[in-house]
Amino acid sequence: MEAQTLYEKLWSSHVVHQEADGTALIYIDRHLVHEVTSPQAFEGLKLAGRKPWRVSSIVATADHNTPTDHWERGIEDPVSRQQVETLDANIREVGALAYFPFRDSRQGIVHVIGPENGVTLPGMTVVCGDSHTSTHGAFACLAHGIGTSEVEHVMATQCLLQKKSKTMLVKVDGKLGRGVYAKDIALAVIGRIGTAGGTGYAIEFGGSAIRALTMEGRMTLCNMAIEAGARAGLVGVDDITVDYLRDKAFAPKGELFDKAAAYWRTLKSDDGARFDRVVELDAAEILPQVTWGTSPEMVETVAGRVPDPARISDPVKREGVERALKYMGLAPDTPISEIPVDQVFIGSCTNSRIEDLREAAAVAKGRKKAASVKRVLVVPGSGLVKQQAETEGLDKIFIEAGFEWREPGCSMCLAMNADRLEPGEHCASTSNRNFEGRQGAGGRTHLVSPAMAAAAAVSGRFVDVRELS
Amino acid sequence: MKPFTTLDALAVPLDRANVDTDAIIPKQFLKSIKRSGFGPNLFDEWRYLDHGEPGQECSGRPKNPDFVLNKARYQGAQILLTRDNFGCGSSREHAPWALEDYGFRVLIGTSFADIFFNNCFKNGVLPIVLPAAQVDELFRRCEAAEGYRLVVDLAAQTVTRPDGTTVTFDVDPFRKECLLNGWDDIGLTLRHADKIRAFEEKRRAEHPYYFA
Ligand code: SF4
Repeated sequence: MEAQTLYEKLWSSHVVHQEADGTALIYIDRHLVHEVTSPQAFEGLKLAGRKPWRVSSIVATADHNTPTDHWERGIEDPVSRQQVETLDANIREVGALAYFPFRDSRQGIVHVIGPENGVTLPGMTVVCGDSHTSTHGAFACLAHGIGTSEVEHVMATQCLLQKKSKTMLVKVDGKLGRGVYAKDIALAVIGRIGTAGGTGYAIEFGGSAIRALTMEGRMTLCNMAIEAGARAGLVGVDDITVDYLRDKAFAPKGELFDKAAAYWRTLKSDDGARFDRVVELDAAEILPQVTWGTSPEMVETVAGRVPDPARISDPVKREGVERALKYMGLAPDTPISEIPVDQVFIGSCTNSRIEDLREAAAVAKGRKKAASVKRVLVVPGSGLVKQQAETEGLDKIFIEAGFEWREPGCSMCLAMNADRLEPGEHCASTSNRNFEGRQGAGGRTHLVSPAMAAAAAVSGRFVDVRELS
Repeated sequence: MKPFTTLDALAVPLDRANVDTDAIIPKQFLKSIKRSGFGPNLFDEWRYLDHGEPGQECSGRPKNPDFVLNKARYQGAQILLTRDNFGCGSSREHAPWALEDYGFRVLIGTSFADIFFNNCFKNGVLPIVLPAAQVDELFRRCEAAEGYRLVVDLAAQTVTRPDGTTVTFDVDPFRKECLLNGWDDIGLTLRHADKIRAFEEKRRAEHPYYFA
């Protein structure tokens, strides 16, 4: 048989039906649901008199609108509360394999709770009305974000209409330097190929540097695949994948686990499989990254400077850089290390897992928040992450450093709840998008790794985290 | 879904690359549990000088006179000219809902983000990809001549300019068929219900742990 890529294996094992032009009906194994993109889908289903095809495929949580402090007060914003209560009511009516509502001990960001509960398993197709569904590809799942019409379509039919993507291999070989993490790889890749570089592709991450990453690191990387324009990111199964899933709540147990794992281990690209595009990076050359603009591709190393539009010849590009610098309040050629930081956000589905918090805590330990920094929010990705961090005493390290230790949720990643930036404030953020207004109207986001965020918190500006240790 | 056949309408040029869905419809409007009424908040942060909140009446809000959608000559436009990577970012379908509710039925640009592109077809909005040189040319002419109208014919896959010249575009045959007829995807898919059931049973037998 011809050598196949992981993407081709996942695709061909889910095709239910194919139209003449290649549009295929793909069977969906797991449907993750949250409160923002589901109400209109549930309503559409009801209006059409349709029932969900397979309720046991649904796992739901409330994450975007939930507050991260004073849970005893409930959700104070009435519009947010209505959205969360609408999800409560819909799940009560329709049912689900599992629902982790607001204040549940396992509630959290949808892309954190899926893997940690073992509802995301290798070989599945995973969808969610959320673009960062690409995260789950770290488990060799074909996982991607869908719109609300598609949420309704999946509920009603257990299928999705899809066209096959092209395949891209991002190969990162070598050893990452000290102070350099999966987040830096993700930003370096986006810096290289651009935010539209992956459009139309499923990106598989491979190479020795990827094999050396933990599942948390691989999730960070696949999470950002969408920021490179790819709907799906992928990493093949190995021991690290299988070991992570053992003992997870919804993963198979005993003999069934071994049987499953034997199949899962086939879920990797065959030697000699052909990709439509290959991009290679040397891990040793990747340095800590900081975005300076309003798109994740506007990224530099911490030792770099923001660009000077005068030196850019392409007029569309130049205008884009000028507009970004104006929005960010930065003069051309400013050294990254001179950008002052007003707030710090450690959290989001990119970087709110236990390992991310450990990396941030290692930097925060024994240090204090810089006086010029107004607030440092540490928001664990889920209730389970929070418990684990508290068991390890990370919460105390953060609190002693003057950081705020919060309840789980999306929080200031997109500021749909009360956590947000004031106009003009610069934020060192471990999230995934630095778009205008993303963290609050007029807010200025700089994407970094958790260690770099903690370093910015204690320094009041961006510093190379390697100088601190 | 509203069918789409032909459109003869005014075009408006939005000359920015990487327009993300947060810009198309800012997140505060995602709190709605409805799928209509987003038009007045399309491009809210660029369109108005104050900060918009859901449920607010927009007619009295101060408008940004420099934003292209606010210019008198572009009122009533139903075709939006866009640059690279339009619709990147979040998967929110509120973005095409807002564009459609405002009145846009056609988007013409060099590239669209995947999920957004898909979402447009589900809402009767036709995104058209043309080569960069042709998009440049449309931008130039649209900016130069007031009242610049284009005729889009989906069946023929053509865009006709005021001077009568025509460019053709590609569209997936399946998507085209659905859009031309205004077909509901779910109804179409359920015609294959037996196939889905058979697939499911086979998968359940082979991989029971996916069905726990
Ligand atoms: S953490 Fe941010 S990116 Fe992730 S799901 Fe929540 S809002 Fe979306």
